[in-house]
Amino acid sequence: MFDPRPIKLTVNGKTIEATVEPRVHLADFLRKQLALTGTHLGCEHGVCGACTVLVNGATARACLMLAVQADGCAVETIESVASADGTLHPIQAALSRHHGLQCGYCTPGVVMTLLELQRESAGSALPEDKIRTALSGNLCRCTGYQGMVDAALEILG
Amino acid sequence: MPPNDSSLLGAESLAVVSHPVRHDSAALHVRGAAAYIDDIREPQGALHVAPGLSPATRGRIKTLNLDPVRAAPGVVAVLTPADVPGHNNTSHFDDDPLIADGAVVFRGQVTFAVVARTRDEARRAARLAQVEIEEETPILTIEDALAANATVLPDYDFKIGDPHAALAAAQHRLEGKLRIGGQEHFYLEGQAAFAIPGESGEMLVHSSTQDPTELQNVVAGVLGMPNAFVTVETRRMGGAFGGKETQAAQTGALAALAAYVTKQPCKLRLDRDDDFAITGKRHDFRADWTVGFDDEGRIAAYDVALNARCGCSVDMSPGVVDRAMFHAANAYHLPATNIMSRRLFTNTVSNTAFRGFGGPQGMLAIERVMDAVAHATGRDPLDVRKANLYTAGANVTPYGQTVEDPDVLASLIDKLEASSDYRARRAQIAAWNETSPIIKRGLALTPVQFGISFTLQHLNQAGALVHVYQDGSVHLNHGGTEMGQGLFTKVAQVVAEEFGIPLDWVRITATNTAKVPNASPTAASAGSDLNGMAAQAAAREIKGRMIAFATERYDATPDQIRFRDGLVVIGNQTVPFPELAKLCRQNRVQLSHAGFYKTPDIHWDRAARTGRPFLYYAYGAACAEVAIDVLTGENKVTRVDILHDAGRSLNPALDIGQIEGGFVQGMGWLTTEELVFDAKGRLATHAPSTYKIPVASDVPADFRVALLDEPNRAATIYRSKAVGEPPLMLAIAVYSALLDALHSIDPGKQVQLDAPATPERILKAAEALKVV
Repeated sequence: MFDPRPIKLTVNGKTIEATVEPRVHLADFLRKQLALTGTHLGCEHGVCGACTVLVNGATARACLMLAVQADGCAVETIESVASADGTLHPIQAALSRHHGLQCGYCTPGVVMTLLELQRESAGSALPEDKIRTALSGNLCRCTGYQGMVDAALEILG
Repeated sequence: MPPNDSSLLGAESLAVVSHPVRHDSAALHVRGAAAYIDDIREPQGALHVAPGLSPATRGRIKTLNLDPVRAAPGVVAVLTPADVPGHNNTSHFDDDPLIADGAVVFRGQVTFAVVARTRDEARRAARLAQVEIEEETPILTIEDALAANATVLPDYDFKIGDPHAALAAAQHRLEGKLRIGGQEHFYLEGQAAFAIPGESGEMLVHSSTQDPTELQNVVAGVLGMPNAFVTVETRRMGGAFGGKETQAAQTGALAALAAYVTKQPCKLRLDRDDDFAITGKRHDFRADWTVGFDDEGRIAAYDVALNARCGCSVDMSPGVVDRAMFHAANAYHLPATNIMSRRLFTNTVSNTAFRGFGGPQGMLAIERVMDAVAHATGRDPLDVRKANLYTAGANVTPYGQTVEDPDVLASLIDKLEASSDYRARRAQIAAWNETSPIIKRGLALTPVQFGISFTLQHLNQAGALVHVYQDGSVHLNHGGTEMGQGLFTKVAQVVAEEFGIPLDWVRITATNTAKVPNASPTAASAGSDLNGMAAQAAAREIKGRMIAFATERYDATPDQIRFRDGLVVIGNQTVPFPELAKLCRQNRVQLSHAGFYKTPDIHWDRAARTGRPFLYYAYGAACAEVAIDVLTGENKVTRVDILHDAGRSLNPALDIGQIEGGFVQGMGWLTTEELVFDAKGRLATHAPSTYKIPVASDVPADFRVALLDEPNRAATIYRSKAVGEPPLMLAIAVYSALLDALHSIDPGKQVQLDAPATPERILKAAEALKVV
């Protein structure tokens, strides 16, 4: 049961075929095998939200999901959010503009959570309490969340 | 020459300083492109370290069989005290072994470390050790330590007036005990270090530390090498809050020891549960107080014993507990005061620096006393506070420093009282509470007066290294570290302002002990004050040389030369800054300088208990409104208004971020963040699953933060004020508002509420008040 297994998935639109040990979690797979280090590890037991990625469009804690579970899935990480030419996604630009970050460690997870929220809302305005509730799964120890909420309100509110 | 006097007069318009520019790494952070320690690409052969932790709380290590660890898959080495070539310690006080030797003094203490091919292998192997410890009864609580008279340092006190006589003569007297909980830093990036061995015993350590110089010193000591062989580099931390000041040393030194033993690059990134167990936290206190006061709520005497749980070693407890004492009067003139402190030993992890550094605990006690006095006299707590503030005629602190500008805080409080609509809301809340038996609301407005400067005098110094290259780009380095607070951005703003160049011409570089030596930790809120001044000194020196060259070259006088908009204006001529830089190089003008700054006018005689330990005070006040459910203890902060004094802000956007973040962190300390050690000394709240820091939905949606925006009267960098720690203590308004809400249940009684005010404690307090 510990033998490495082949998996095939897409990461940020690119097809990846790899061999992974069954106990390697998705975050380690992304960070070590694919060098996608924007997915950060904060607590490694699914509470802090720093490692949030999208799996088949839905947020997932990459520290709680095994890489083998992502076999056949479409995974999106923070590295896919800005355009290839470096232009920031509106959520990223708003977070920067509203100073919704300090140390930056939680920021990629916040971006992925807001990205899911934006797709779900499909253009309809979201109230502040819904945004705050959605962000409650992303711990930030620096900002007090105000700039983050302001940025989200600008884009999603 | 006093710096920046023209800016004080508003005569000079600033191009970069005081503008709300974004954090220098913002564009990287939103893309996940900023590198932390664990993101540094590992060279081939890099190994990973995991610590083995003590399963017992106190005792002698009888056997430690590491053979099963050595035999585990992937293990390359196992580190024990015998592997330490130098000194097996990480502390100035010689009481924090890198690896426990013979005995353990707290549960979770590092007893060995494993080096393996992967982090996973190292962590699995670390579990295989066979440890037998002859357990002794641990000293766990403040009460245990008091009973055993167990201390890490002697008691210390200072006093003013004759408190005992004044207490005896006072119209009214009250006494109480307040328990004040500790706090886990919960920096999002855990402790991490990556050590790379070089030739002849050289060692490069990339570390997430607030104090690269101290880590350099510790690593050199552990390896038995001169400091000059060790380089520590820190580009950024994923949060720190004091928790990576001394506490980064063990992780860094273990990585370095592993690299020394294996001759391979070695990384240690602590697992979160291990991080909670191994690293120190905010000190918990029990404040035993007695106060004497008159009918108006004016305090005649205050006597307080600050019993601090320091944990198993000295670490930074001398400074932390002293700072609690310095802030035990907060903003109040207490004519007769006795402030006593005990520094208690317990068999728990050694408590350490945490934003505020003891100040919050000292301040919370006196603020709690203000509410007790208000409740006893029936006066509005804000009126009691205002009646006791320092004034021009009554402005000497219990430690002998004169508060030179008490008018700043008094007027700040008046402004906040008006802008928060305090009086009208007070009346509304009273009316609400009359008719609402279950949901009670509370309101409080509390001040903060926080002394700025390290109380350990030699730390009040900073160095900076500035190079101007021949293309006009500028390399900036200084001894301060970036933990998210925006220090690098602020110091770059200062340098850009000096040279009159756009901010993006200044390249900010990682803190490195090889570039700026003998630096102080980035702590005590002093990062911008110290490093900003040092960088300004460096830039001014280079600029002076450029001016001297230009006067000759262009036949001008120095007063005809101005640097602005990337240009150097020399009389009627204009030369682009890069062109002048190139000309300077061609004419052998040195374009590099190491600037230095030491804070003037501060002194503290600890033995004589008097002096002027602080260059100035940072002020602020917060007005918080809460609602509690008296049947469940559930509570919510519904509105917060803050007015904070950051002097003439170097960067209002970053400063407001510090205020909001500090307040919310303080709110967590006083409400939801509870550290629970069980009867065996095991930390039961060992991860974010069991230890609750505030989330976005806990923060009041109505959160109004403003800057006072008045120049610092002390000669600081552009007349700004330190802003890192003071806002944390603004959250005392939340605790005080909770007291207020509870008090409405039965205004004839005193409220009993320890901190943190968890729902459980609020419920208990409410139940006690309901008993007829």
